[in-house]
Amino acid sequence: MSSTQEIQSGLAEILEEVAGVSPADATPEKSFTEDLDVDSLSMVEIATAVEDKFGVAIPDDQLANIKTVGDAMSFIEKNQG
Amino acid sequence: MSPSTTDVVVTGLGATTPLGGDVASTWDALLAGRSGVSRITDEWAQEFPAQLVARLAADPAEQIDRVRARRLDRSQQVAVIAAEQAWAGSGAADSGVAPERIAVVFGTGIGGALTLLGQDDVLEAKGPKRVSPFTIPMLMPNGPAAAVGLAVGAKGGVHAPVSACASGAEAIRWGLDLLRFDRADIVLVGGAEACVHPLPMAGFAAMRAMSTRNDEPERASRPFDKARDGFVLGEGAAALVLERADSAAARGARVHAKLAGAGASADGYDLVAPHPEGEGAGRAITAALRDAGLSPADIGHVNAHATSTPVGDTAEAAAIRSSLGEHVLVSATKSQTGHLLGAAGALESVFAILALREQIVPATANLDDPDDDAAVQALDIVRHEPRRTTLSAAVNDSFGFGGHNIALVFTTA
Repeated sequence: MSSTQEIQSGLAEILEEVAGVSPADATPEKSFTEDLDVDSLSMVEIATAVEDKFGVAIPDDQLANIKTVGDAMSFIEKNQG
Repeated sequence: MSPSTTDVVVTGLGATTPLGGDVASTWDALLAGRSGVSRITDEWAQEFPAQLVARLAADPAEQIDRVRARRLDRSQQVAVIAAEQAWAGSGAADSGVAPERIAVVFGTGIGGALTLLGQDDVLEAKGPKRVSPFTIPMLMPNGPAAAVGLAVGAKGGVHAPVSACASGAEAIRWGLDLLRFDRADIVLVGGAEACVHPLPMAGFAAMRAMSTRNDEPERASRPFDKARDGFVLGEGAAALVLERADSAAARGARVHAKLAGAGASADGYDLVAPHPEGEGAGRAITAALRDAGLSPADIGHVNAHATSTPVGDTAEAAAIRSSLGEHVLVSATKSQTGHLLGAAGALESVFAILALREQIVPATANLDDPDDDAAVQALDIVRHEPRRTTLSAAVNDSFGFGGHNIALVFTTA
């Protein structure tokens, strides 16, 4: 089980690797598309990386509902372990 | 609409090649006689008959942002690097030309082979869910053109000719037509290739098309030489900015040369073997001269396609001799760059333009003992040392598997 803090920093690492987002910008209220310039193909890459890092698979129909970093954090938190 | 007779000029040049990471360093290395060819030390190559390659002198990772690079196949990376150099040098970004009047034509012979083959490895090892969502946009043969179009904000059309090793030259010809037909005001053209990988290497080797002079990498690419035994695979890209002479003059752009004409033909002979007398190649050159309104006597220099294969070089020598005569100074710069496939025509056009601008013809390296072929013997092939001369017009010709022939005529600015 990862803590909220671990999830946020883990997501920030993924965002930096995949999309070049500065870790300081990867805060819960940020929208992937509006604020972080993450496109739909990069979201697919992020979902794959999340599965590798946290063991949480994000189904396609759920991925569409994940709009912000906070949405992703809650999804991981609820579905991990 | 009929084509305009307005002159078309070259206002920007860019390249990343086995000789250098830009045009200036590539040209300096070419004139200095340096070779871009080396032996592959990777383990996979050790059982290969042909182990030579001309890799980029500058790693694309040093020239392109990491996050941007990971979404681009290596062929797209080199395309963008060369195109952005040409674009910056031309000053086109400050020209005030609307994006809707800017077009891109960028060719490739093979396209995103490294992505295709790399992602196939991922598929085999880890299954379909692990294949990158960027696989298709990275492997598609219009990928380099599309990446270049996005890089410069071209909205007037993005095109991708694919005609094997004539692709880069074909892109330049398309660009000329777009300007003559007033379909655009500025066209960024070029070619890109990056397919150094076991599969293309094995495929070319199976055709017996590659040099196996593994112990002498720098001596392996030897166009027109009696001891030539095949080409050396190279990687890289080159780009040119084309626009109409009047608008280039109006904005005070630097003009490197004029693109005076282009000609195309198909051999209609064999899928891969050239016509032994270079019949189709000669027709392309003659068509390009006619298009430029020049006669053979006007042409002082030919940057030849000459890949160092036994049959290709003699066929081309025959074509040059029959279409232009024996007075032209011929250079085969693949002797130093290797064969950049779909980028070759663009890079060698850059060399032809620089030869005109600088009034110096680069040498053909490794041409120690010219072939006994009558046409090779008759031609004035510049070898060992570059030659200073007076030039007003030059031809670049390119040929591709499939029987594609393109000739381009450049004249001094």
